[in-house]
Amino acid sequence: MRNQIMELVKITIDGKTVEVEKGATIYDAAKLIGIDIPTLCYMNMGDMNIKHNPGGCRICVVEVEGRRNLAPSCVTPVMNGMVVNTHSVRVLNARRTVLELMLSDHPFDCLVCAKSGNCDLQSLAQRLGIREIPFQGEQSTYRKDTSPSIIRDMDKCIMCRRCETMCNQVQTVGALSAVNRGFQAVVAPAFEMNLDHSPCTYCGQCISVCPTGALTEVDHTRQVINALADPKKTVIVQTAPAVRVALGEEFGMEPGTIVTGKMAAALRKLGFNYVFDTDFAADLTIMEEGTELLGRLNKFLAGDKKVKLPILTSCCPAWVKFFEHNFPDMLDIPSTARSPQQMFGAIAKNYFAEKINVKREDLVVVSIMPCVAKKYECSREEFSTNGNPDVDYSLSTRELAQFIKQANIDFNSLDDEDFDRPLGESTGAAVIFGTTGGVIEAAVRTAYEIHTGKKLDKVDFQQIRGLENVRSASVDVDGFELKIGIAHGLGNARKLLEDIRDGKSEFHAIEIMACPGGCIGGGGQPYHHGDTSILKARFKAIYREDAGKTIRKSHENPYIIQLYKEFLGKPCSELSHHLLHTKYFDRQDDVFVD
Amino acid sequence: MSHIKFKLNPEQLTELKEVCKSFNNDKGELINVLHKAQGIFGYLPAEVQEVVAKELKISVAQVYGVVTFYSFFSMMPKGQHPISICMGTACYVRGGEKVLDEFKRILNIQVGETTPDGKYSMSCLRCVGACGLAPVVMVGDKVYGRVAPDGVRDILKNYE
Ligand code: SF4
Ligand code: SF4
Ligand code: SF4
Ligand code: FES
Repeated sequence: MRNQIMELVKITIDGKTVEVEKGATIYDAAKLIGIDIPTLCYMNMGDMNIKHNPGGCRICVVEVEGRRNLAPSCVTPVMNGMVVNTHSVRVLNARRTVLELMLSDHPFDCLVCAKSGNCDLQSLAQRLGIREIPFQGEQSTYRKDTSPSIIRDMDKCIMCRRCETMCNQVQTVGALSAVNRGFQAVVAPAFEMNLDHSPCTYCGQCISVCPTGALTEVDHTRQVINALADPKKTVIVQTAPAVRVALGEEFGMEPGTIVTGKMAAALRKLGFNYVFDTDFAADLTIMEEGTELLGRLNKFLAGDKKVKLPILTSCCPAWVKFFEHNFPDMLDIPSTARSPQQMFGAIAKNYFAEKINVKREDLVVVSIMPCVAKKYECSREEFSTNGNPDVDYSLSTRELAQFIKQANIDFNSLDDEDFDRPLGESTGAAVIFGTTGGVIEAAVRTAYEIHTGKKLDKVDFQQIRGLENVRSASVDVDGFELKIGIAHGLGNARKLLEDIRDGKSEFHAIEIMACPGGCIGGGGQPYHHGDTSILKARFKAIYREDAGKTIRKSHENPYIIQLYKEFLGKPCSELSHHLLHTKYFDRQDDVFVD
Repeated sequence: MSHIKFKLNPEQLTELKEVCKSFNNDKGELINVLHKAQGIFGYLPAEVQEVVAKELKISVAQVYGVVTFYSFFSMMPKGQHPISICMGTACYVRGGEKVLDEFKRILNIQVGETTPDGKYSMSCLRCVGACGLAPVVMVGDKVYGRVAPDGVRDILKNYE
């Protein structure tokens, strides 16, 4: 931007004059002077490279002097001398009519809709004071589609096509597209198959941006309530790192508030027999994945030409499904380490169950995740023994908040409590798994010390941190320059993967998270409504939580040390391989037409 | 992809890829590619859409989105005897719709569909320029004029 001359344009909006950069829209200009024009299809998360402005819904119309037609402000560029009215009678009537027409083809399900209270369509109807729908006619109906993670209820779709942008431009998955025309138009997978016959990764980013209840997660709260009420069952819970920096938002707290202690207290009140932490398993992941990384590196340094580098992280189930669909020729590159959720499940059912003398079938493992792909992950066959899954149910951050409210717990006034032992102890390295760059930083902290035998004097690797889409960094490991790549968002991951396929990648290790921002921006988190400052606040909170921990390196977690001593032997041992590692499948042909 | 009934043979596959190539595998040319492909195969079965998606590097869902948006494109094979009923203004006012309803009733298919035995398919036309003969029906290349609903069965008799 240096030295570039910015051309300014003067425009008057609702009687106020403002100078804005040429190329800005009327909507942008209005925002600058505190005029908040309502929008519906529009979404701008520009600083995360996510933008969607099809100009389709016409809710944002304004009157421009001298023009015959009303103009959609979100796509109309400003021009010098423009005079705009955002709330003339004509505008208000048009806006109302557009919304009323939309509502006339929308089921009146608000009372029982999963999105109620968080629905942009509902709040718009509220804001515009709609009290009746004068248009009455046939409503379009479309079958509901339920997959392991996501419910599609296209009767509630308003064709804003935000999900299409997420799935195609941002994630480059291409599971969803607008199909058919007119009244029949919906957003659907190819040939209108169900989502589980599409390349969908269950990242849930479509849910995160859907303004209505057309896309929601499969709710497992009821199953958890039943398990908790069953006297024969011991029910334990694990909570992922990104949940603790977002859950508070559901209770009116500032984005970025850390609620680890209150969350543990609430879970205990809900009746879980043991309140544990996925962070424990994140430390375990680092032991396994870090050892695998070192193993491959050592072979590489010894001149082994066959060794697969870069190694790719494998904690994110949406990312795993993505490479199984799109890069089946490269299944031997990712680390074989299971995700922390699944490592926790395996240790709980094979080690902890024995420790407390409970049969596998009587131990119910629940996970609280920022994610909807984790629901799919725990349903994967390889993660169960004789039909009994390692993780029984996975609830999203949103579902947990809802559950806490249902149980009449006043979350805000809870005193902080701690996790239970042994599976509740964790380090700062585990906490940062919750954001992009965290897994690889945690791995470096441990790999460095194990490889060099020296103590790190600084555990903060600032060069790895950030929210840019694709980042690269190098770390000096005792003279060896370890080259690291980081991508979040599957479209960015695809670029790094294509480089590897073309033999152009220089990295030794790559971390990939499917969701923009990593798990802090996960598909199961409280809705951000397009406000990226919320993601940034969560991002900072993660590093604050890390800095506040006494132990910040996974291999120093005393309970991890004990677990290896008592049970696993050493990292990547035969038992570890059996319980903590996995294999990947070619899923090209999972997509088919009945 | 074992579930797909239609199977491209190697020559057809090469031909389809050539079509994509003639448009430089440019995703902006999707509609033209599909148009050509429909010209070759008579319709656009799932596998054709999948090949086009792969060649133009777009998702199958997006290709399907375009195919379902334009009524010109069809995912149904044409019947042995494609029946077209004119719905131009002249034919319409002279009872074209009743003729159409009679075809629907007898063949038990909708516009754009093909009978399960593959014998007949049905589509609508916009004015064929034979308004003097309205209502007009075409079966293959043959034109029938002044068709009344009770004449539909007689027309079909010629193609049994
Ligand atoms: S979950 Fe992700 S991959 Fe699946 S449809 Fe939604 S955005 Fe696409
Ligand atoms: S499913 Fe939701 S995000 Fe997608 S087009 Fe419909 S309303 Fe918009
Ligand atoms: S980045 Fe995190 S929240 Fe998103 S799909 Fe992956 S594991 Fe789930
Ligand atoms: S918000 Fe501007 S057209 Fe939809």
